[in-house]
Amino acid sequence: MAVVFDKTEGLTDKQFHYCPGCTHGIIHRLVGEVLVELGVLGKTIGVAPVGCSVLAYDYFNCDMHEAAHGRAPAVATGIKRVLPDNVVFTYQGDGDLASIGTAEIIHAAHRGEKITTIFVNNAIYGMTGGQMAPTTLIGQKATTAPLGRQVATTGMPLKMSEMLATIDGAVFVERCTVHNVAGIRKTKKAIKKAFEVQLEGKGFGIVEVLSTCPTNWGITPVESLKWLEENMIPYYPLGNFRTPEEGK
Amino acid sequence: MTEKIIMAGFGGQGVMSMGQLLTYAGMIENKQVSWLPSYGPEMRGGTANCAVIVSDSPVGSPIITGDATAAIVMNLPSLVKFEQNLIPKGNLIINSSLIEEQPKRDDVTAYFIPANEIANEIGNSKVANIVMLGAYLELTKVVSVDSVIEALKKVFGPDKQHLVPLNKEALERGAAAVK
Amino acid sequence: MAKVLMKGNEAIAAAAIKAGCKHFFGYPITPQNELPEFMSRELPKIGGAFVQAESEVAAINMIYGAAGTGARVMTSSSSPGMALKQEGISYCAGAELPCVIVNISRGGPGLGGIQPSQADYFMTTRGGGNGDYRHPVYAPATLQEAVDLTMEAFDVADYYRTPVIVMGDGMIGQMMEPVEFKETTRRDLPVKDWATTGTEGKRKPNIINSLALDPAELEKHNFKLDARYKEMEEKEVRHEMYKVEGAEVVMVAYGTTARIVKNAIDALEKEGIRAGLIRPITLWPFPMKAFKDIPETAKALLSVEMSTGQMIDDVKIANEGKLPVHFFGRTGGMIPAPEEIMDKVKEILGGGK
Repeated sequence: MAVVFDKTEGLTDKQFHYCPGCTHGIIHRLVGEVLVELGVLGKTIGVAPVGCSVLAYDYFNCDMHEAAHGRAPAVATGIKRVLPDNVVFTYQGDGDLASIGTAEIIHAAHRGEKITTIFVNNAIYGMTGGQMAPTTLIGQKATTAPLGRQVATTGMPLKMSEMLATIDGAVFVERCTVHNVAGIRKTKKAIKKAFEVQLEGKGFGIVEVLSTCPTNWGITPVESLKWLEENMIPYYPLGNFRTPEEGK
Repeated sequence: MTEKIIMAGFGGQGVMSMGQLLTYAGMIENKQVSWLPSYGPEMRGGTANCAVIVSDSPVGSPIITGDATAAIVMNLPSLVKFEQNLIPKGNLIINSSLIEEQPKRDDVTAYFIPANEIANEIGNSKVANIVMLGAYLELTKVVSVDSVIEALKKVFGPDKQHLVPLNKEALERGAAAVK
Repeated sequence: MAKVLMKGNEAIAAAAIKAGCKHFFGYPITPQNELPEFMSRELPKIGGAFVQAESEVAAINMIYGAAGTGARVMTSSSSPGMALKQEGISYCAGAELPCVIVNISRGGPGLGGIQPSQADYFMTTRGGGNGDYRHPVYAPATLQEAVDLTMEAFDVADYYRTPVIVMGDGMIGQMMEPVEFKETTRRDLPVKDWATTGTEGKRKPNIINSLALDPAELEKHNFKLDARYKEMEEKEVRHEMYKVEGAEVVMVAYGTTARIVKNAIDALEKEGIRAGLIRPITLWPFPMKAFKDIPETAKALLSVEMSTGQMIDDVKIANEGKLPVHFFGRTGGMIPAPEEIMDKVKEILGGGK
């Protein structure tokens, strides 16, 4: 019988620790598949963040470097500057990238570091137990925003892709979703493109992936897919914000 | 022999390079040397100074406090600030082109060198510092003029060797001013 | 090789390059700027990289990443910047990454000043970041020593898989002295088979990490690190004894201050007063055993620092309660004069003013 689906070689056999309905697993698999399809798994060094995906170093089947909270783009810079011919990526959540690590992500993009960032935005701090993130939506409840996020005291949710797209060094910026099959397919394409941009030495690439957190959103996995579509996508529009012109 | 020299003036008067030149020359003669600059905001447009020690024995502290054997002052604020650091009978070499005042102390040996005038006479106002250094070397013989010339050649690098004769003349004119 | 006249900051940078460091990550701060400036000029010439990071936090994390590849890497800063670097230093210690970090220290606390100071002793010798760790700290007193110790620091870092600090102050960084870059006898250094350089499909992935959620596992890791620290305490202590024989007062001072203390000792000698110096060259591990060589003639110890008294804690530990321990310090960028130190010695001996 023909095998129609198999686990990617880009991931280890270690079982994920992610909650039921969390989409981190899908995003991990897409990254793993892309690294294999591009034939670069053996020369890739990944940088894991602090947050729910802190143990990503156990899951990706390549050399991995665990970073301090928010510092993954700086760590990746250090690696890439020593090993310019290798492939370097960071995998970061919204607390890591959009809060404590804003300086590091903006300046990695600003320098045009030839690295790829996978930014998983689920609008909440997952690992620490559902605190408000910079990307938490207005009115969305969090353990540190018990009445729901208020604009007056916490501002509007931060749109990182739009912000990064204003930086010249960020040559590839796209926001995707993994809440449905079409979205997953597009996400994989974007991730592949972001790595290709790195391989071509064009500059910094980032793929923001809207993701679910049923546990901390306090709803079921199925409800969370719907919630993402109805609440996150209207505020965080999908699409490409920056892509290198062909031939350049 | 231990010479402890304070060199001071406006930023741009070549105080730091004058100090480095003497230090370099001392090193060429296998003497023990140190060069310590002032640093920070005072470098920006204010007074600049450096402390140079040239000695036959290892240099302890590179700082010169009340034990300067010589002070080369290129402007008035430097005279006011540093004459107090001299030991009795220390050499106080004053750029009389820019300083009209007399030193307050009478227990030091003061020399008045019109360094800017001399520098202009030989065609380049920028070598006033070298004129002052020439005077100091004539007084103390701490290193030979030849060593300073050798240091100059190294500091200037291949592109600026043509400046060596001018500097040599400045050293000689400075020396002549205290003979 | 012939001697060359160099500024301290540049001499340290040149020594690092001589030791095989081709990658530098830093952030501007006075009084160490000549060091990154030198690196930005020189590293591209040898196929290396200089990166001016967006902050000291980023710079030390770049070091953390670059060190993970097995390369010899350096960053430098001054006191407030060093405070920011503590996060990354702790991670490097936890993840066992060799790197060399230079602190050309200045007065504090807070933004403090920019003049020479030794007020970072606690931060630097106690494991300034979070967690159970130490790292070697070299405190050169001359530029030649700064050059030699910087080169040595890279070997020690590689040998023990640890961050190593080279700590000077503004004076060491800014002054010029003749230096010579000597060929050192290299240690037998272990192969960096842990480095993240890509598996090439030939080995299992390497993981650089300081996270261990299982306390039993983390305790085991910390005990492993501790065993290494004990080995360093045994093998890596460096110090100098100056005129300690017959001394009535034995002073303890390091770096710039030790030079001033030597001047004071020589001047006291001319007045017939015998004083000596224990100069720690490694601040950690501290030269505890040197205190066992203090002669019977000694009546007291005097810790002289450019701080309000930090190393004195280690002096007291090393002294084991045997002699009275005195302190003299200037702080905030003020530099002690030999005369002040001489007066303090005389005061201890019951004379003077």
